[in-house]
Amino acid sequence: MSKPAGASAASTLALLAPATVLFATFVLHPIADNVWLSLHDWDGAGAKSWVGLGNYRELAGDRTFAIALANNLRWLLLYALAPPLGLTLALLLCRTARGMRLVRSLFFMPFVISQVVVGLMFAWFFNGRFGLFDHLLRAAGLAPAALLEGDQAIYGLVLAGLWPQVAYCMILYLTGIATLRADLVEAARLDGAGGWALLRHVVLPQLRPVHFIAVMVCTVSALRSFDLVMVMTGGGPHRSSSVLASYLYEQVFTSGRYGYGAALATVLLALMSGIIVTLLWRLLRAERR
Amino acid sequence: MNRRVAASWFASLLAACALQAAALAGTLVVNSNASDPAPRAAWQALVERFQRENPDVDVRLNVTDHESYKRQIRNWLTGAPPDVVFWFAGNRMRQFVAPGLLADVSALYTPAVRAQLHPSALELVSDGGRAWGVPYTWYPVGLYYRRDLMSAPATWNDLLAACERLRARGLEPIAIGTKDLWPAAAWFDYLDLRLNGQPFHLRLLEGDIPWTDARVRSVFAHWRELIDRDCFARHHASATWQEAQALVYQGKSAFSLMGHYVVAQMPRDVLPRMDFAPFPMLRSGFERDEEAPVNSLHIPERAKNRADAMRFLAFVLRADVQEELNRATLQIPVNLQARPADDRFVQAGRAHLAGAARLSQYFDRDAREDFAQTALNGFQEFMLHPERLDAILETLEQARRRLRR
Repeated sequence: MSKPAGASAASTLALLAPATVLFATFVLHPIADNVWLSLHDWDGAGAKSWVGLGNYRELAGDRTFAIALANNLRWLLLYALAPPLGLTLALLLCRTARGMRLVRSLFFMPFVISQVVVGLMFAWFFNGRFGLFDHLLRAAGLAPAALLEGDQAIYGLVLAGLWPQVAYCMILYLTGIATLRADLVEAARLDGAGGWALLRHVVLPQLRPVHFIAVMVCTVSALRSFDLVMVMTGGGPHRSSSVLASYLYEQVFTSGRYGYGAALATVLLALMSGIIVTLLWRLLRAERR
Repeated sequence: MNRRVAASWFASLLAACALQAAALAGTLVVNSNASDPAPRAAWQALVERFQRENPDVDVRLNVTDHESYKRQIRNWLTGAPPDVVFWFAGNRMRQFVAPGLLADVSALYTPAVRAQLHPSALELVSDGGRAWGVPYTWYPVGLYYRRDLMSAPATWNDLLAACERLRARGLEPIAIGTKDLWPAAAWFDYLDLRLNGQPFHLRLLEGDIPWTDARVRSVFAHWRELIDRDCFARHHASATWQEAQALVYQGKSAFSLMGHYVVAQMPRDVLPRMDFAPFPMLRSGFERDEEAPVNSLHIPERAKNRADAMRFLAFVLRADVQEELNRATLQIPVNLQARPADDRFVQAGRAHLAGAARLSQYFDRDAREDFAQTALNGFQEFMLHPERLDAILETLEQARRRLRR
């Protein structure tokens, strides 16, 4: 049944070709194009003028860029809460009881709702004039926050984003828990392992692949956050809740600075790739061990 | 069977292409951003009238919603352009004139046509002594106020006094929503026009004057008088202009500084209690310069059918055509011989513009886009944190220096 080595290499190439062509055309080429554009000054209408690394130098002194980058990092750090919260919910909801399916569906619902709808709901929830959030604060005898109107607006956005993100992590963990090996759990029980020890030494190690997926998904959604920002604050007030994605959109489509926007996109790409490559590398290393 | 379906589909595609090629012969392609129902219908009617008068021309009107239009127009102008595009006068137009993307239409402005226009209207579609477009509609910006809650303020002191009275009655005097930023710029524009005049205002927006200039600081000092007196509606940073207007209609606020477009959305029961007043004068003996955002038509430099495009633009300049268009949309014709619609806001607006000394557009139409965006953010920050003025002016000054490079 063995084939000559040449034919197999040829068929391998033939099979790889379509995906390679598509990947090169729709992923690699736009990226290269974007990097090329980021070395120019262009208003989208006139001629492009070469500025070399000028856009990147300007980024270094741009206050809004620093704010957007810091906001992306805040988003990243707070989204790190989603996997443990999702795990907690999953552990609470994994038992079989009457009506549990319904309860689980209700907890999963936020993930099914479109981000735009989530954004609108939370914008109203946090609204300083009629929002429920400030009513609750007032009822508790606290000062109203008008969360989306000040420099702390970014936290309102991340809170809105965490709601569906936790639900997604919960589903990931629920499926992970369903595949736990019952014999290992049983054996640990017989050996007298109770609640916390069982969780730490038997359940969590088996969920390692799920941890990885959950962290990965949260990282990617934190870095590409855009829709909630646009719907809830538009990056405001005065750009204080901008993230890299919303700031680059503003630079390109509102300010007509295509080259500068491309430079922002390149930085965002580098940031994302750096973080994701690090995560992947750690996973592969862990698997090899 | 599949193959037969594919073959017939392909044949019909070919036929469609052939048809399109045939239609291109005397075709005039017009790309429009008039996507709201009333303007859309009005333009459809105008196009039909143009075709009745010019049976040899076949007009194809493509309507795109106004936000997508803003993003696509660059692709059209640099790629395969239509014959006529809808756009805005001022810097928005000049940014396409500079790289040579629009055609010179000065030939349309004969002395007879010029006599029918406000001199400033032609200026707004001109650059370097030549005209690059045709204005078809414009509108006033001013105080739309509740006449049952206040009377029109004639001076700055009137305005401050009105604020204090309304405040004492528990109202939030001035409705404004700055979530989309530009409503704050109208306040800057008017304070600058009234304190320093239109020539200074335009030079400032072009980047010829430092933002740390004492005359600019005086604009912010006046603005701050209103902020310190708590005249502006609370929570404006998270409200759109429509949400802010609702405060006026509910009687929680008494007025706003807005354009004529608010009239179309006033509730019927409130409409009789609403009125229009020009922004008060701040200095005695000063000329009355006004904001007059102009919507206009232009011909791309690389348009295929320029001859028919010129005919269409000449048609749109005509008094009777502007009359029909603006009556249907309840807007204000730029041609002064066109009779305005029988509506008190349209008539007040027309008189207001006709009597103005000099005109400007909105901040974000007079200034370059990237500078305008930085400035608008600065204005919103100033309204929230007036104590940060020095830092804001420094940011604007940096942006201006980049503009001058």
